[in-house]
Amino acid sequence: MSKNTDALAAGGVAGDLRLVNVTKRFGDFTAVQDLTLTIPQGSFFALLGASGCGKTTTLRMVSGLEEPTAGRVLIGDHDITRLRPYKRPVNTVFQNYALFPHLTIADNIAFGLKRRGVKDVGKPVQAMLDLIELSHIGSRKPNQLSGGQQQRVALGRALINQPQVLLLDEPLGALDLKLRRQMQIELKRIQTEVGLTFVHVTHDQEEAMTMADTIAVMNHGRVEQLGSPTDLYENPKTTFVANFLGQSNLLPGKASGTVGEHVQVVLQDGTRVLIPAARNHAAGEDVIVGVRPEKVSIHASADEVPDGRNVLTGGTVVDTSFVGVSTQYIVKASGCDELGVFVQNDGAQIFRPGSEVVVSWDPSQGFGLDGKQDIDAGAEADLEAAS
Amino acid sequence: MSAPPAAAEAVEELAPGVTDAERRADRRVLRRRATLPYLLLAPGIIWLVAFFIVPMWSIVSTSVETGSTDTGFELSWRWANFGDVWHNWKEQIIRSLEYSVMCTVFCLLLALPLAYFIAFKAGRWKNLLMALVVAPFFTSYLIRTLAWKTILADDGWVVHTMNTLHITPLLSGMGWTYSDNSVLQTPFSVVCGMVYNFLPFTVLPIYTAMEKIDPRLHEAGQDLYASAWATFRKVTFPLALPGIVGGTLLTFIPAVGDYTNAAMLGGPKTRVIGTVIEQQIIGTGGNLPYGAALSVMLMVGTLVITLAYIKRAGTEEIV
Repeated sequence: MSKNTDALAAGGVAGDLRLVNVTKRFGDFTAVQDLTLTIPQGSFFALLGASGCGKTTTLRMVSGLEEPTAGRVLIGDHDITRLRPYKRPVNTVFQNYALFPHLTIADNIAFGLKRRGVKDVGKPVQAMLDLIELSHIGSRKPNQLSGGQQQRVALGRALINQPQVLLLDEPLGALDLKLRRQMQIELKRIQTEVGLTFVHVTHDQEEAMTMADTIAVMNHGRVEQLGSPTDLYENPKTTFVANFLGQSNLLPGKASGTVGEHVQVVLQDGTRVLIPAARNHAAGEDVIVGVRPEKVSIHASADEVPDGRNVLTGGTVVDTSFVGVSTQYIVKASGCDELGVFVQNDGAQIFRPGSEVVVSWDPSQGFGLDGKQDIDAGAEADLEAAS
Repeated sequence: MSAPPAAAEAVEELAPGVTDAERRADRRVLRRRATLPYLLLAPGIIWLVAFFIVPMWSIVSTSVETGSTDTGFELSWRWANFGDVWHNWKEQIIRSLEYSVMCTVFCLLLALPLAYFIAFKAGRWKNLLMALVVAPFFTSYLIRTLAWKTILADDGWVVHTMNTLHITPLLSGMGWTYSDNSVLQTPFSVVCGMVYNFLPFTVLPIYTAMEKIDPRLHEAGQDLYASAWATFRKVTFPLALPGIVGGTLLTFIPAVGDYTNAAMLGGPKTRVIGTVIEQQIIGTGGNLPYGAALSVMLMVGTLVITLAYIKRAGTEEIV
């Protein structure tokens, strides 16, 4: 049994998890294409994308359950590309937990330690049961537990091995919303406590933003953009990221010179708006101007708009929905058919559908995307992921 | 059969103003509801009484009769019949157990990898392969067994190949066959036939149990430092255990009483308890009580072994 104990599994190596030019093909289908990623040791890293974007395949190549068609997987300087799954210092929390139904909770948690030939598993198992707050039901079988409890067992079963990298494959997907929020905070707390590298695969952008230090947004087997949650949200570089991560108003136009630190864009109807030059990712003169709905203000008339803001006049409220903390409008204005506007509920006037309005936003809050992309990329993916 | 009193009372309580006619109608409904399960059970119970209880009593009573074919047999409660048959045929009884245990073990060794492969690795070929496992049932048991006589014939290619590979001397050295260039009429050929005939009974329950195992559990095992073999021992095997117990019982129980293989593929030295029973009851032996006593002994023995096995497999993992 102790033959299974590898120098690696015992924690002999440490370092960043690196994927170098990794490609995975299934027949004609390319699941992951030439992916290069460095995940720093001790970070909480999220792979975010719609189903079929290659995020789970990437995870499985790290765990060893899939072998890359090309490329290498390394932890620190140690190449683990061809290492069998049971020899890697990596553990997974599976999507549907995959708990062993014939073993008790305590035996499930002890499984990894026993296979590695650890003699006295009682103490670490008890400590882990305490950490996941299930000490009182350690002798039960998995099918006697609720979804949230099973989730914690799956986490404990992986964590107890103190892997170099912990992989989480949609770990909260099967839980209801309230429990999911609770577990998100819990997971983040445990990660900070144990200081391991967590790689989290999810299609839930809110989940990724809540927990991760760094997010890689994946689409069609490639990383679209990598960055901190704020960076991705405030400064998306592609229409896919802008649409998939939260909502964006995207208005096509053409660049027409710079004004100070801003680029001036002429929208389709001739309205001129400014975007920060540093946030303009368009290579040519075709630019898509983007702005988040909550950054847009709504006014009864143009006189109320403070100076120095981008203004779209001639707006009509198409739809109003009051959701408590905010009011969400859909406005038809010059230069765009459907502009989303979220107004925080600070007691201001609520505009009924049909009202004539003017919308505006601070130029520093906008961003510019390359106009040659599909403007709707990622929008359906987001809907699909949300359903 | 009367209606459950509690139900009748409840009705009176719930509806204080009901008329007698209504109450009677209500009772009828309740009575019918209580009788229905017994009506549905009746055909099964009649079948069991006619074809299980009655024959059972008949064979047990016959086993303690005395007499001869000429004078007829009469019930004299001679329990010593059991001592007689054990004394006369203990060699055959033990041989039956040996053959059936060997058959069960070989079936299990063949069935485990086969069922594992079909359940987890066969993909879209799964159903076809299962059909192939069951396919032999489309031919009569006797004809299939007879075919093995040709397969294992002295001048057949199987024995030739075994000769070339020096397997035949090995077998005879182990006492499983009696000569270096023939395998028929030996324990080897009998067990071969039994394994062939009973293999589907071992494979089917094991396959059914394995098919229910979530393949992700294998991935979880491998992820948790268990090699493929360790995953099999610690995850697949315990989860397939109910099927393994079922499969081995379905093989062992009929194998103990089987004498077709011993009769067709074996010889004088491979006579089993079934052969003796047949001879005593319908053959030349002519002692009906002895045949019955052997049958009862076989049934009770098998039952005891089976119960002990189930108890062991049920309380702890057999590893």
